[in-house]
Amino acid sequence: MVITLTVNGELTTAVVSAYESLLDVLRDGLGLMGTKGACLQGECGSCTVIIDGRPLCSCLVLAVSADESSIETIEGIADGARLTDVQQAIIDSGGVQCGFCTPGFVMTATALARSSRSYSMDDLREELSGNLCRCTGYGAILRGLATVVNETDL
Amino acid sequence: MTTRLASRVRGGVGEKVDRPDGRPKVVGTFLFASDHWDGNMLWGATLRSPHPRARLRRIDTRRAFRFEGVHAILTASDLPHARHAGLLVSDQAVLASSEVTFVGEPLCIVAADDPERAYEAIDSIEVEFELLTPLVDPEEAVTKSSLFDHVSIRRGDPGRRGEVSVEGTYEILSQDQAPLGTESGIAVPDAQGGIDLFATTQWIHDDHRQLIKILGLEPHDLRVHPAGMGGAFGAREDLTLNAHLCLLALATGRPVKMVLDRAESFIAHVHRHPAKLAYRLEADRDGTLARLAARVLIDGGAFTSTSPAVNLQLASFAAGPYRIDRVEVDSYAAKTNNPPAGAMRGFGAVQACYAYEAMMDRMASALRMDPMELRRRNLLRRGDNLSTTGQEIVSSFPTEEVLDALTKRPSPEPSVTDRRNWPGGTGLTGDPNRIRRGVGVALGIKGIGYGAGFDDYADVRISVDESGGHVFTAGVEVGQGMVTVLGQLARTALGIERVSVELCHTGLIGSAGSSSASRQTQVTGGGVVTAARRLRDRLLARFNGDTLDDYGIWRGTERVASLSDIATCGENEVSVRYRPPRTHPPDRAGQGDIHAEFAVFANRAVVDVDLDLGLIRVLSLEASQDVGRVISPLGLAGQVEGGAAQGLGLAIMEGLAIEEGRILNASFTDYLIPTTLDMPPVTMEFIEDPAAWGPLGAKGAGEAPCIASGPAIAAAVRNATGAVVNSFPIRPEHLLDLEG
Repeated sequence: MVITLTVNGELTTAVVSAYESLLDVLRDGLGLMGTKGACLQGECGSCTVIIDGRPLCSCLVLAVSADESSIETIEGIADGARLTDVQQAIIDSGGVQCGFCTPGFVMTATALARSSRSYSMDDLREELSGNLCRCTGYGAILRGLATVVNETDL
Repeated sequence: MTTRLASRVRGGVGEKVDRPDGRPKVVGTFLFASDHWDGNMLWGATLRSPHPRARLRRIDTRRAFRFEGVHAILTASDLPHARHAGLLVSDQAVLASSEVTFVGEPLCIVAADDPERAYEAIDSIEVEFELLTPLVDPEEAVTKSSLFDHVSIRRGDPGRRGEVSVEGTYEILSQDQAPLGTESGIAVPDAQGGIDLFATTQWIHDDHRQLIKILGLEPHDLRVHPAGMGGAFGAREDLTLNAHLCLLALATGRPVKMVLDRAESFIAHVHRHPAKLAYRLEADRDGTLARLAARVLIDGGAFTSTSPAVNLQLASFAAGPYRIDRVEVDSYAAKTNNPPAGAMRGFGAVQACYAYEAMMDRMASALRMDPMELRRRNLLRRGDNLSTTGQEIVSSFPTEEVLDALTKRPSPEPSVTDRRNWPGGTGLTGDPNRIRRGVGVALGIKGIGYGAGFDDYADVRISVDESGGHVFTAGVEVGQGMVTVLGQLARTALGIERVSVELCHTGLIGSAGSSSASRQTQVTGGGVVTAARRLRDRLLARFNGDTLDDYGIWRGTERVASLSDIATCGENEVSVRYRPPRTHPPDRAGQGDIHAEFAVFANRAVVDVDLDLGLIRVLSLEASQDVGRVISPLGLAGQVEGGAAQGLGLAIMEGLAIEEGRILNASFTDYLIPTTLDMPPVTMEFIEDPAAWGPLGAKGAGEAPCIASGPAIAAAVRNATGAVVNSFPIRPEHLLDLEG
């Protein structure tokens, strides 16, 4: 069946099978390889995209159920060559190692940074607990993101 | 005449430097092995054995061939050349032929138009098995002499006995490396019958060595490329799907891509060896360690992988960094029908550390001595001989400094105000009246480089041209930050700031060895510094200058050559093959210089334990590590924190549940790795006592952080609860009936 998506601001249509996840459609259908699949069970957050403003695991979203929604992926986050504060903070703190989890962390943290809330370190730990990283032990990622989401009104 | 501007290179050794691949990774353009794409490509899939042991009577692929869009179906009978792979011994069947020996062993591979068709075809293949009784008890394997390896160490006066003795038996489950990126890649055939392979691996040249035998290709017809990795931690040393990709590409003449899903990844790659260690430690009443008798059994599963090397590393560190007069170790690596075990970060040194550190605490308690005092009294120092193998310690070995850095300052006393930080976490089950605090310290030791006589080397090429300096290496960047470290070393050694690190395929440069054994910084890094200095000296001599920088070569304040002059001078490139000091296999008594380098390190953990629920919360981890010299502070901190997380995982969360040869928890839903809520803040201190070889005194540092962190947590849980705790990961059921 045919679905209509707005992906990173561009209206696009995709022919999808009933069993396909949004992750499959983004990667294999639309060629947006920045979103990663690592567990395909919604446990690791590597496939996080922002759907109508909410960060969600795209491996758990059936493509057909995303019909007519607006989706932001990692490819649409930076403003051209200019990185967002979230992206820059993860680099500066040393929060990137293998990088496989990084797009998912950027997406979850971007949603946090956009909210009007201020997050304590304990809040941040809870909010990011759906994103697994096997390389960094999270310390650098948390230190970096704390500088971005501890401030209000971003 | 140009005036000299730059005086000191930026981005060199010791500075905080951004990763060159940081930006593409945060914007999503970095290409991982699973991201490769070719418009003409097919998708591969693998049929794997559901049985731990069975005779393979018949594989009927006829139905699968009738599916539209299926282009190749290969079984063992289609293998044209070598039928086995292997790092040390060629006994890993590329595709099983007469008998399957573990659950997950590949039987048949398929290439089809898309993944769904490939899996449909796999599902339609009929296999007739004759089930055989699997050997799943490693103890039974020992009695049947089904072994990959047996290390026997005897050192010291056989009559030596201590006045006080303690005993303990420790069991450690298998740990999965759980890299976030699963095994994946693409093999692309060229017009001449050759292949370009882009796939997950820790050592492109050893893949190449194995693959050309399996494929029957001339060396130049196979190019193994470095591909974006998604972590490794040992899981990518053995071949998993790389031979399959190439076989399918050759059979179809089209690019073939495969991406394992998580469940398949769990059964396709080797894991950390599950281990059982039975220890008896004896000491004199004054705390002098008299005798260690240890019997160790690790389960290697169905094929050799690196089991003998893991077993030797474990046995050689069975006594830790301590002086013990008499040591008797027998360490066995069993061959069974359990899931195969091989390399994982720490490589045998992890399991040993759990046992010897527990014994040290138990001995201290038996002697009524402070556990740190007992350790200090028996610490090995530079110039001593290792208590197991007798190897003289000739490089830096700052055991005392490492321990002092941790224990000379008071333990942190985290106050828990947020309920989410009690045991039970965000489940909010914590009951403050039933929570007990504990502190534990563990010290560890690890070898760096392959050791045991294995030819350990790294080829490095350095050049300077108009765009700056260039490092060429076949070293694999698995995420550890090798690209950052090599660039920093080259900047400092050349004096040039604009430096690129070029990750080469197998056809462009010789081997850099594997990204494992904590070796890339010290071995390939040693090569970079050696080559860069040689090139710099040669260029200075050639142009009669005294300084090289981003503007060229200077004599005093006069520039005598530009980078363009250097680029065209014909002497702008140096290649080296860098080798650590030579090592040797052990003799029959387990004696010999088997390690090229040692690193020592310690961790302190603070935990809270809920006495009723047996839940553990790690509140603080401190690390102290002997690193020789800090090259990349940011990268090193990342290694320490990431390693601590893997150590914490094995201590209290991660263990493969294996029953009758089957992994029962092959998913991230059932196999839990630490999250942001499980990890405490990690603080660290580095001891910089320069190593005798390698780059500017630096030692390898990648494995150390995951070795003593778990044993420190175990000690803290014992301290909090008084429980024996001899089984890892520590589960609530190990902490039953605690009194408070």
